[in-house]
Amino acid sequence: MQRYSGFGLAKHALSHNENWQRMWRNPTPKKKYDVIIVGGGGHGLATAYYLAKEHGITNVAVIEKGWLGGGNTARNTTIVRSNYLWDEAAELYEHAMKLWEGLSQDLNYNVMFSQRGVLNLGHTLQDMRDIQRRVNANRLNGIDGEVLDTQQVKEICPVLDCSPNTRYPVLGASWQPRGGVARHDAVAWGFARGADALGVDLIQQTEVIGMRIEDGQILGVETTRGFIAAETVGCVAAGNSGVLARMAGIKLPLESHPLQALVSEPIKPVLDTVVMSNHVHGYCSQSDKGDLVIGAGIDGYNGYGQRGSYPTIEHTLQAIVEMFPTFSRVRMNRQWGGIVDTCPDACPILSATPVKGLFFNCGWGTGGFKATPGSGNVFAWTLAKGYAHPIAAPFSIDRFVSGKLIDEHGAAGVAH
Amino acid sequence: MLHIYCPYCGEHREESEFRPKGQAHILRPKDPDNCSDEVWADYLFFRDNPRGLHHEMWLHATGCRKYFNVTRDTVSYEILETYKMGEQPKITAQSRAAGGEK
Ligand SMILES: Cc1cc2nc3c(=O)[nH]c(=O)nc-3n(C[C@H](O)[C@H](O)[C@H](O)COP(=O)(O)OP(=O)(O)OC[C@H]3O[C@@H](n4cnc5c(N)ncnc54)[C@H](O)[C@@H]3O)c2cc1C
Ligand SMILES: [Zn+2]
Repeated sequence: MQRYSGFGLAKHALSHNENWQRMWRNPTPKKKYDVIIVGGGGHGLATAYYLAKEHGITNVAVIEKGWLGGGNTARNTTIVRSNYLWDEAAELYEHAMKLWEGLSQDLNYNVMFSQRGVLNLGHTLQDMRDIQRRVNANRLNGIDGEVLDTQQVKEICPVLDCSPNTRYPVLGASWQPRGGVARHDAVAWGFARGADALGVDLIQQTEVIGMRIEDGQILGVETTRGFIAAETVGCVAAGNSGVLARMAGIKLPLESHPLQALVSEPIKPVLDTVVMSNHVHGYCSQSDKGDLVIGAGIDGYNGYGQRGSYPTIEHTLQAIVEMFPTFSRVRMNRQWGGIVDTCPDACPILSATPVKGLFFNCGWGTGGFKATPGSGNVFAWTLAKGYAHPIAAPFSIDRFVSGKLIDEHGAAGVAH
Repeated sequence: MLHIYCPYCGEHREESEFRPKGQAHILRPKDPDNCSDEVWADYLFFRDNPRGLHHEMWLHATGCRKYFNVTRDTVSYEILETYKMGEQPKITAQSRAAGGEK
């Protein structure tokens, strides 16, 4: 792998940038692999990378029906934070946060991780009580967090309407300074390049259409390019997880919904942090290019169409204009949807299944981008050893039968 | 914007009058105290979530405030039929595969 550096940049400039290496190969699939990952989004690529890097398992294929990172990884609003309420979730997201903090160095790829801080606004007394409870829980778990009053929120984010005359006045916020945003495509590409360099085959334009299972053991997957064998298969397919589960005769506690986002025309810097509000239900940040990145809520109905409905967009923009009245005349440039796999307790599933050798990493719903490195890291461990990493263990499918749910609807109240 | 036919009002109305309420025809276990944890979990949490035809409940929230059922394609979002509570769908994945009604 060609290493990137400032010196390399200068050297390639001298040869008119004509000698850059391709970031990854485009291999023909082998007949058999030790491990197959289905889904080449951020989580699948991170899983492959850590399998090769930390467990020495390099005979691995990532099978992607479209292009790498073209699913929710490329469609999300890139908010990264770890201020979840319950110990199990806090540990999982904080594990990811620690990996984010060294990720660009580790991958030799700039993922543009920017710890510009995340504000979660409170608009009612109950909001503020919940915020206090969550920040206290975060601190007990060693996760940074502060409870801010209206004045402090205003100092951090002057463009936010903090006046008492609004319909839902801002009473305060929780503030996680280590939170922020990252460049979503770069995350997929960085993991892909790293995995490829360690020997992983990244197989694009190839859809998994069936699973071969004998005596309760997975033997491989049927694809649009024929059968590919592996006795360990990890499905990391976000909104399409249920479709894959059905191929293996398994039902998941998931529903797939469209989730939308919008970006505006680029404007001068006005917002140097991330602002989220559960109550009016909107969230916003500004990208390095200057566009406002705005996230909507899910459409209530099930959908696989990668587009959402207009009433949802309208509702979202009402919330954004309520929070930032100065944005009312900014024009929107683009709008799109991704298919998110929502779980009843708003927590992911990292789990073995009744089929031996078949594992699922899914249910991240509206908020899994922030977990990408952590999810890949613990899932790789799980695939390598055949049983759950201690951080992943509480997220098994069994929790829906035992009743040991991890209810994160509060920390995940607004889709992000 | 979806246009949805409410079988009680007998009219097409705009999506924003309605609320989707998830998979239809889920039966509550007859004897909850004596069913297994698996059966109870299946009732509470596990869903079909098909990519294709879906039978689902909708609520006419700002209209007649009644629940009814819809058969909808979850990829094209096309609504194929709506029917009252207690009725069964005419269009199913099987009938479609058999080349019967669309
Ligand atoms: C609008 C929007 C905003 C969001 N905002 C945030 C946010 O601010 N912060 C945050 O943390 N999270 C956010 N999320 C959630 C986040 O995007 C996801 O949780 C995360 O990206 C999931 O990553 P993944 O790799 O699991 O899935 P994906 O990136 O969707 O990858 C799954 C891949 O599997 C492939 N696949 C599916 N079926 C098959 C098959 N049969 N064969 C082969 N390949 C298959 C797909 O093509 C896809 O590329 C948002 C999501 C959306 C849609
Ligand atoms: Zn009606």
